[in-house]
Amino acid sequence: MTTTLPAYDEVVARYEPVIGLETHVELGTNTKMFCGCPTDFGGAPNTRVCPVCLGLPGSLPVANKAAIEATIRIGLALNCSIAEWCRFARKNYFYPDMPKNFQISQYDEPLCVDGYLDVEVNGELVRIGIERVHLEEDTGKTLHVGGATGRIHGATESLVDYNRAGIPLVEIVTKPVPGTGALAPEVARAYVTELRDVIRSLGVSDVRMEEGSLRCDVNTSLNLPGQEWGTRTETKNVNSLRSVERAVRSEMLRQASVLDAGGKITQETRHFHEDSGDTTPGRSKETATDYRYFPEPDLVPLAPDTAWVAELKAALPELPRLHRRRLQKQWGLSDLDMQSVLNAGAVELIEQTVAAGATPAAARKWWLGELSRRANETGVELADVGATPGQVAELQGLVDAGKLNDKLARTVLEGVVAGEGSPTEIMTNRNLEVVSDTGALTAAVDEAIAANPGIADKVRSGKVAAAGALVGAVMKTTRGQADAKTVRELILERLGAQG
Amino acid sequence: MAAISREEVAHLARLSRLAVTEEELDTFAGQLDVILQSVAQVGEVAAADIPPTSHSVPLTNVLRDDVVVPGLTPEEALSGAPDAEEQRFRVPRILDEDVAS
Repeated sequence: MTTTLPAYDEVVARYEPVIGLETHVELGTNTKMFCGCPTDFGGAPNTRVCPVCLGLPGSLPVANKAAIEATIRIGLALNCSIAEWCRFARKNYFYPDMPKNFQISQYDEPLCVDGYLDVEVNGELVRIGIERVHLEEDTGKTLHVGGATGRIHGATESLVDYNRAGIPLVEIVTKPVPGTGALAPEVARAYVTELRDVIRSLGVSDVRMEEGSLRCDVNTSLNLPGQEWGTRTETKNVNSLRSVERAVRSEMLRQASVLDAGGKITQETRHFHEDSGDTTPGRSKETATDYRYFPEPDLVPLAPDTAWVAELKAALPELPRLHRRRLQKQWGLSDLDMQSVLNAGAVELIEQTVAAGATPAAARKWWLGELSRRANETGVELADVGATPGQVAELQGLVDAGKLNDKLARTVLEGVVAGEGSPTEIMTNRNLEVVSDTGALTAAVDEAIAANPGIADKVRSGKVAAAGALVGAVMKTTRGQADAKTVRELILERLGAQG
Repeated sequence: MAAISREEVAHLARLSRLAVTEEELDTFAGQLDVILQSVAQVGEVAAADIPPTSHSVPLTNVLRDDVVVPGLTPEEALSGAPDAEEQRFRVPRILDEDVAS
């Protein structure tokens, strides 16, 4: 595509975007949706399969109670109504990623309907309507071989691994979201972020986009102010929070350039490309989608008991947004400071560090300072930087006990990140403890005084500021392993001066 | 009026990847029509107070606990496959299709 795209500011001045998001979440149950095969990530191909998830004749599916419960809890956390009665449906299509030639899903009777999720964008609440939350089974993985490696175009055959086929998959569909204007890309990202946090707080999925346990499709359309909503496209392959934002933005720009040129938007599936940030058309739609849904005859209807649903609702954890607000208050942070904690992905880490005994200020200092810098340098998430909240709390404990000063603590932390052991072990093994032996310290002080008689005289005559040079000399001879404040007090005491 | 048209049968055949000849289309359209008309008679008997039935047993909430049950070995799983490679099922490539989810 060689057309020059219009500027974003111009696009949002002339058009109004409407966005919608479909999110798929793999549940973290022990077993698959309709059989007892394990669900753990990885594993050699076709080692987690049985007659049910391979669709062998005579096998019958039975729904996983934990998956039903998890889906209801997600629905409740998203303020949905829970269906009193609903059924699974067969979605028929011709593709080998499901060995049965159909996927068990839900069609016109989803388990949860009509909810909302409030998300914060630039300090303002935006309410995103939730159309439905339904339960289905994940598909297998196809590997295309022959011709261009890994790409379906030019491939002559596909190799299929059904380990993933049948893992419970929850689909969460928003209502169309109009009226967000220039903020549409940010709203999309904020929604997926908040949804991820909500689901994580429920403990029903590890919601890791990079491992595919959270996947997102983004619908985008543009219309002129006051006119009907435009034709939408569905962008797939959006695999990170940042990509959600980029995909909406890039699709808004592309659609605007088509509309500006007098063209029409084709309703189609498009693929997002992480490297370029562009979308390209996906599969052709020459044959209209026809899934021939019908009620799944092998599974009886679900009728969640109202008492059970009420019990699940009562046991829901605090919403992440409210939880964060409470933490902000507890930690005494300004909105700006809290925002930097959020941006660093440090909320839970600080919370856990505080739970392990550190003060909020100290916990925040380590995670946002030394460890954030380290994470940025090595390009990893803060949570994967190599230090645990427990270790950070232990490190701060050593500082508070006067065993480490700030400089030594940083050195110990480097050792922790490098996997050398616990802060106490590293301090001991590398002999980094602050010299607290007063005898040794006094000797070092006397030595510094003897070596710098001129400075010593100044201090004696009342110029206490000059003591800094002596402190520096002592710190040098103790290789930084002394507490500067103690050293200063000792020097003033030896020279008969008042601090 | 026919319960299913020749075009609908052709459409279903295409979705199912069945190569159906023109003569077969005529035959199947006729046969399917007879079947559908017969089934439709059941619908005529059902009064307004009888809800549509999708299941023959009056049960709900047949669920199982989330406990792992040993499945098949890869060898067993692939034993019925027409072709396999790298411990995976080998199938012809499928292009231009909508996949699930």
